[in-house]
Amino acid sequence: MLGFIASIIDGVLVGLVYGLAAMGLTLIWGVMDVINLTHGAMIVAGMMLLYLLASALGLSPYLILAPSLIGGFFAGIALYWIAIHRMTGRPPLMSLLSTFAVNLVLVGVGTAVWGTALFNVEVSVPGFSLGRYTFPGPHILAAVLAAVIAVGLYFFLHHTRTGKAMRAVANNREASELVGIPTTRLLAISVGVGVALATVSGTLIGTLFPYTILSGDSYELKGFIVTVLGGFGNPIGALVGGVALGVLEGAVTPFVPVSWTLVIEFALFVIVLIAFPGGIFTRRRGGL
Amino acid sequence: MVRRPFFWIIALVIAVFAALPAIGNNVEMRESLVLACVYITLASNLNLMLGYAGYINFGSIVFFGLGGYICVWLVYAHNWPLLPSLLAAGFGVSALALIFGLGILRLRGHFFALATIGIVEGVQAFAENFSPWGGSSGIYISPAVFKPFGGAAEALWVIYFAMVAVMGASLYLSYGIKSSKFGLGLLAIGQNEDAAAILGVPTPFYKALVYCISAFLPAITGGLYFFKSAFIQPSDAFDLTLSTEAIVICMLGGQGTVTGVALGAFLYEELRGYLLTSPTFADFQLTIAGVLLLIIVLFFPSGLMGFIYSRFPRTQKVLE
Repeated sequence: MLGFIASIIDGVLVGLVYGLAAMGLTLIWGVMDVINLTHGAMIVAGMMLLYLLASALGLSPYLILAPSLIGGFFAGIALYWIAIHRMTGRPPLMSLLSTFAVNLVLVGVGTAVWGTALFNVEVSVPGFSLGRYTFPGPHILAAVLAAVIAVGLYFFLHHTRTGKAMRAVANNREASELVGIPTTRLLAISVGVGVALATVSGTLIGTLFPYTILSGDSYELKGFIVTVLGGFGNPIGALVGGVALGVLEGAVTPFVPVSWTLVIEFALFVIVLIAFPGGIFTRRRGGL
Repeated sequence: MVRRPFFWIIALVIAVFAALPAIGNNVEMRESLVLACVYITLASNLNLMLGYAGYINFGSIVFFGLGGYICVWLVYAHNWPLLPSLLAAGFGVSALALIFGLGILRLRGHFFALATIGIVEGVQAFAENFSPWGGSSGIYISPAVFKPFGGAAEALWVIYFAMVAVMGASLYLSYGIKSSKFGLGLLAIGQNEDAAAILGVPTPFYKALVYCISAFLPAITGGLYFFKSAFIQPSDAFDLTLSTEAIVICMLGGQGTVTGVALGAFLYEELRGYLLTSPTFADFQLTIAGVLLLIIVLFFPSGLMGFIYSRFPRTQKVLE
């Protein structure tokens, strides 16, 4: 029984981080109906920033969150102008292809420079023990930070002018243009915030697990599942979806080999997509 | 269809592919044309989904890899001859595609594309864990299987001609579908799916059918390709790069056109051959594919054929 509770707690801790990793994806998706396929590459960018700064300058990993946030924001604004701006009003396929192309460029450069070696950043934070189970400190800290960032994003969206304008644009772009909201600038800011969330979550994940240049893909896919479970552009929903996914992982681990959990997750993803064709999505579409 | 010049243009292309390396027994050229055949087959069949029906499939590689696995496994574990193994691979993968398709084609646009990414990852994870298929270390087949063809050298030629035949079949399939009622229905779905449904196009059925059809020839080519290398492992069989390249090729040549996609595949193969041998660019293959795709999507969404059509309007009557 204690083992089961321990695996649930572990699932919640990991799930909060999954939720954070998905938040940027679901924000951009909700605001402008664009699926940002560079999301995985941006998560890896955050991880690489962690590796470079932590190993070169010996900074504490948690200090690196700040440059990761700022760098991600500007990377996102650049991404908007390069790949997304020209795609407004074109078929949805086109924005998928353009962000996918940028993703290829980033991953291609990454693999050319670093190869597919495994990176690991050592973090020492005291853990917490429950009977014979120990929860590592970095996990607890990452989960708490994920929750703090989610609540922060919620307040940003609901209690600041920029955040409210963002929700207005998500709701109806033409109408918000009519009431004087500079929609283009807001879309650029939304992509910036979305990518900043991706890089920050990458930096946090880098303190928990070893990673390679290609690790981003699996977090991006988990992001899709979380979005499907938690709804669009809703930071709290993303956390809930992430926790659901994490608990599922924790709950199935005792019964199936670890390598099969991926198959189960993707099967779940496809099934959820099919079982709610539009249902989960349309209800929330445009309503951040 | 036989009266149309385009029919004979395809026949000419097939004849050139078959004859060029055979003259003078040019093995080096044959190996480069094998890749061109794979690209043309994959891209043409992807074009049925992407260009005609307007559904983006990031997972076209699944058909290729699964076909390879089924064929190699039948040859290796059950000592089947090549031909029935290939047919089993083709029909087996098509049947799977029909089952998957009936499910995921209820999704539209974005969500379909996401589901196809999920399918690639799921199938690859499955192959890595499925012990009859050798898990992540894959399957080796002994060179003894080439004996019925009269030795390895002869077998490679037979496989090459078979691959050219599959490539030709893909081109005729694309052409045949485009000039049929089914093809018109697909193009209508690509333009506006709701309007097509209202006008009486059985959209769910057509979409599942085209998904199923677009799986058949890639599966056979996959079987031939991995039989030829006598080795298959998950990271080769489900190499996402190849899926990506197929999309780049479709966009490069002009989605929805038969000539453009074939031309794009050939050009891309030549470019890639050059890049791989050049020491400066060898590591940047993906990057270059990405930059190419971005430029096309941003500035030339109708691709090479769009350019040719607008420059030489008369070609529209001859080249599909």
